[in-house]
Amino acid sequence: MSAWKEFSKGFYKQNPVFKQALGLCPTLAVSSSVKNGLGMGLAATFVLICSNALISLIRKSVPNRIRIPIYIVVIATFVTIVDLSMAGFVPDLHKSLGIFVPLIVVNCIILGRAEAFAGKNNVGLAFLDGVGMGLGFTLALCLIGSIREIVGSGSLLGIPVLSASYEPVLMMILPPGAFLTIGFVLGFFNWIENRKKAN
Amino acid sequence: MEFQNLMIIALGAIFINNFIFSRFLGICPYIGVSKQLDSAIGMGMAVVFVMTLASAVTWLVDHYLLSPLPINVFYRLLTLQQPPDLVFLRTIAFILVIAALVQFVEMVVQKISPSLYNALGIYLPLITTNCAILGVAILNVDTQYSFIESIVHGFSAGVGFTLALILMAGIRERLELAEIPKSLQGIPIAFIMAGLMAMAFLGFSGLKIGM
Repeated sequence: MSAWKEFSKGFYKQNPVFKQALGLCPTLAVSSSVKNGLGMGLAATFVLICSNALISLIRKSVPNRIRIPIYIVVIATFVTIVDLSMAGFVPDLHKSLGIFVPLIVVNCIILGRAEAFAGKNNVGLAFLDGVGMGLGFTLALCLIGSIREIVGSGSLLGIPVLSASYEPVLMMILPPGAFLTIGFVLGFFNWIENRKKAN
Repeated sequence: MEFQNLMIIALGAIFINNFIFSRFLGICPYIGVSKQLDSAIGMGMAVVFVMTLASAVTWLVDHYLLSPLPINVFYRLLTLQQPPDLVFLRTIAFILVIAALVQFVEMVVQKISPSLYNALGIYLPLITTNCAILGVAILNVDTQYSFIESIVHGFSAGVGFTLALILMAGIRERLELAEIPKSLQGIPIAFIMAGLMAMAFLGFSGLKIGM
């Protein structure tokens, strides 16, 4: 029961983007299309799962005072693995994500989960927490990516979904669209919470 | 010619490719520290300072330790057959260098100028995980800037970040008094404001054609 709770909390209740406002830089930068969002989300999920599991394994032998530098080295190692594998296997995606692949190192979701969860819990729970949080992050990126892609270019995953007479709002796939979309999506989730509280 | 080139890099980093409004780097401190003008100025100064230093130090690390160039320190000291290609260690090396640099700057500033330390103090540790710092280091290497160009780029990227932070803080101080729908209060309205400002900054991309 508690394992399911650790796994599922990342999707909505403690969603890293919508509820905790973490990892906003990549969320804004790579959400111009669903494909980029999905690629970024899965890359971050892989790093999150591996770093959570490894940090949980070594948590008893890590001296408390130097734990942050150790966490950063662990995370940076997995990011390097992802960076090089993506450059080798999916060069197009790697190119369109640009510097945001190496910047997964400083994504606050990953260090945040290491500090708040993996450093205190056993490997099984840390693994599930990593999977849940990672998929929650991916979900958030895909949601924002699909809004921006549909409104901004009239397509989803590159396939046209709106009629040809639709004039795409170019602004939505440019930087301002990212800020506006995420602002309104966060406002929408606040609105749902407020209504829940009122009832 | 050299000076003109540096000017183009500086203007580009401040206005056209502003770190917040067009590159999306350093959004977390941007949203977190932009509530008051005082703290925005403090954070901005700290970022300019560390970004300039980090640009210089990471450039040196990349060229003398990691790149397979004849000037590589390992190649010279260990008399290897050929310069070792350690570029795959870049991410790890840069983040460690930046973390160490921030700690070092904190200690030096505390010793030399307690008043500056009081002004920057609480913002310095936060900077290690500011993606703008690692971002500027990676951008410098990716665009193959020279040493001087890297420093100018780092400094002006920091100035652009500070400009965005101060503009935002000024608006948010006024927003305190405005009537905003309950669901949009706090972070959502800050993003919508940033979106409107990003539209204004998009206008600077016209400068790129002129250059």
